[in-house]
Amino acid sequence: MEPDKPDTPKVTSSTGVAVTDEAPPSFKENVREELDLLKKKVQKDAVLEEVEALKDPTRSQIYKSMFRVKHEPTPRARSLGVLTNVFLHLHPAKINRDAVRFSYTWGMGGITFYLFIVLTFTGILLMFYYHPSKGQAFQDIIYLENDVPFGKLLRNMHRWGAHLMVITTWLHMLRVVLTGSYKTPREFNWSVGVVLLVLTLLLSFTGYLLPDDQLGFWAVTVGTNMARATPGLGHEGPFGAQLGMTPYNDVRFALLGGSIVDANALLRSYIWHCIAIPVIVSVLLAVHFWRVRKDGGISGPAPVQLESEMRAAGARAVKQQVK
Amino acid sequence: MLRNPQSAILNPQLRGSMDWGQLWTIVSAPDNVPIVAMLFLVPFFLWMGFKQAKANDRLIEELEADPKLAKTHHRKTLPWKPHWARELHVWPYLLRIEFLAVIIVTVVLFVWSITLNAPLEEPSNPNLTMNPSKAPWYFLGLQEMLVYFDPWIAGVVMPSLILVGLMAFPYVDSNPLGSGYYSWKQRRIAVGSFMVGFIMWISLIFIGTFIRGPGWVWFWPGQTWDHNVQLYEINRDLPDIFGITGQPWKGLFGLIVVGLFYVVAGLIIHVIITWTKFDKKIFQRTTLLQYLVFQFFAITILVSMPVKLLLRLGFRIKYVMVTPWFNI
Repeated sequence: MEPDKPDTPKVTSSTGVAVTDEAPPSFKENVREELDLLKKKVQKDAVLEEVEALKDPTRSQIYKSMFRVKHEPTPRARSLGVLTNVFLHLHPAKINRDAVRFSYTWGMGGITFYLFIVLTFTGILLMFYYHPSKGQAFQDIIYLENDVPFGKLLRNMHRWGAHLMVITTWLHMLRVVLTGSYKTPREFNWSVGVVLLVLTLLLSFTGYLLPDDQLGFWAVTVGTNMARATPGLGHEGPFGAQLGMTPYNDVRFALLGGSIVDANALLRSYIWHCIAIPVIVSVLLAVHFWRVRKDGGISGPAPVQLESEMRAAGARAVKQQVK
Repeated sequence: MLRNPQSAILNPQLRGSMDWGQLWTIVSAPDNVPIVAMLFLVPFFLWMGFKQAKANDRLIEELEADPKLAKTHHRKTLPWKPHWARELHVWPYLLRIEFLAVIIVTVVLFVWSITLNAPLEEPSNPNLTMNPSKAPWYFLGLQEMLVYFDPWIAGVVMPSLILVGLMAFPYVDSNPLGSGYYSWKQRRIAVGSFMVGFIMWISLIFIGTFIRGPGWVWFWPGQTWDHNVQLYEINRDLPDIFGITGQPWKGLFGLIVVGLFYVVAGLIIHVIITWTKFDKKIFQRTTLLQYLVFQFFAITILVSMPVKLLLRLGFRIKYVMVTPWFNI
């Protein structure tokens, strides 16, 4: 155990006592020393000090390792608190002082995103109780509503959350139009938003069939019957028959996986609803949020622009006196 | 009992007494809650938006009249003092609002989910047709459109055009003013045309939800749904009214009518979008492509829909253009 050939002539022990080559501490001495140290640690003052430190968890190593930034009301800490957090870093560190007003944004974009999270959460829970197969699907809903603890609440939240999301999406769009927020440089992000709107409706619609009840069945039957009439691609649409479309090879067949709304349609609906569309939406949401930041953050409330400051036709930008 | 609900559209005297039970059945259906909520939410938020637009318009007028003030003014209707910081820290000033919003939405959703149950009908049965068989409320606008157009237009072409038109919207709006604040006077055409479309969409959903009953027959709110109703309505095609029979004359006639419709509607839209001096200024900045794209979508979506609705409900005209392959 003892070093037989120490290179360093002088080693300092943790107690601060110089240990020299000539007198290496014996095993006994070592033990006694460490016992002394332990004794010091369990002394009342030391323990109290340690307990005192625990009272402020933000000073603990665990907290620091997680959040990295001290939580204090300084501009630096507040900025870093946002910038070094993966969930909060969608935000800038600072924003236009008027942009936090409810009257400007109505909060609809953020609420829509929150509802998407709620729907993902409740949706995953629902998936634990659901089989996308004819016959079993409806039984699963009955079981969920009557036997699963809070099953009915879960289903209701998913249903009403979806409807609420459609409403908030539309209101978000209305706000963006009324505030002219789609204007340069935000045109592209508006288009991404339109696609997200469609996907929101499709998410809601594909979910409609899943309980496999009369309501969903006939809604989807009516909905997909329209696909028959797709020009060129549906067997009842203009030029469909001329292009060789039949009920067994047209676009409706592709949507339903058959010529009627049946087991295949249920499975396709399920996959689109639970996997395909949510994945596409997630990707587009990332693009949408990223572009909000890259296009200069939230659009306003901006200083009003005057007609008299409008540049001659052909120039895009408005001369702005106030930033 | 034989009734003619369709004629009640033009003749409200034909309405019977109010059936409040029927009305309540429709309004209180859990799946109709969202559209009932929309009937309150949309006017509320429009009011909130236009209130700010009005204030901004007043400020703009003031600043246009006083260039000196325009140089020094902070250009918002919101309070402002020179020593105030222009920007706030997101932590905590935005995050606390987001947190609050999340809590409120969660509470609303919980209360809604505890008080109202998601509908669940009988197991699906292809042999038993639901009547009326309605799409989810947000698609009822499309389903209502099926009355006025053939499925290939109402179900496929129109929705696609609406989406493409929406995506094209920022690219055809050549007005550089009004980015980032509510305004009406600076953006009458853009805001106006969007509002026409938005309100039309909500109205179609309203009709589909509250007015269409069994057999997709028109029942006024408060009118009892009669499942055995028989309609004595004869829908005619426009060429037939003019005594034009046989192809290709019917098709050619329809083509001329549709063409004329586009020309007339285009002229009217042109007059509207160049009405004021300011509008003319914006029109000057508009490229030919922007102008044509705007005209196309405005006529095809915003004008043709109400015109066809009027032709169908008011004059019982089914098709304007009849060809061997498709009808419009």
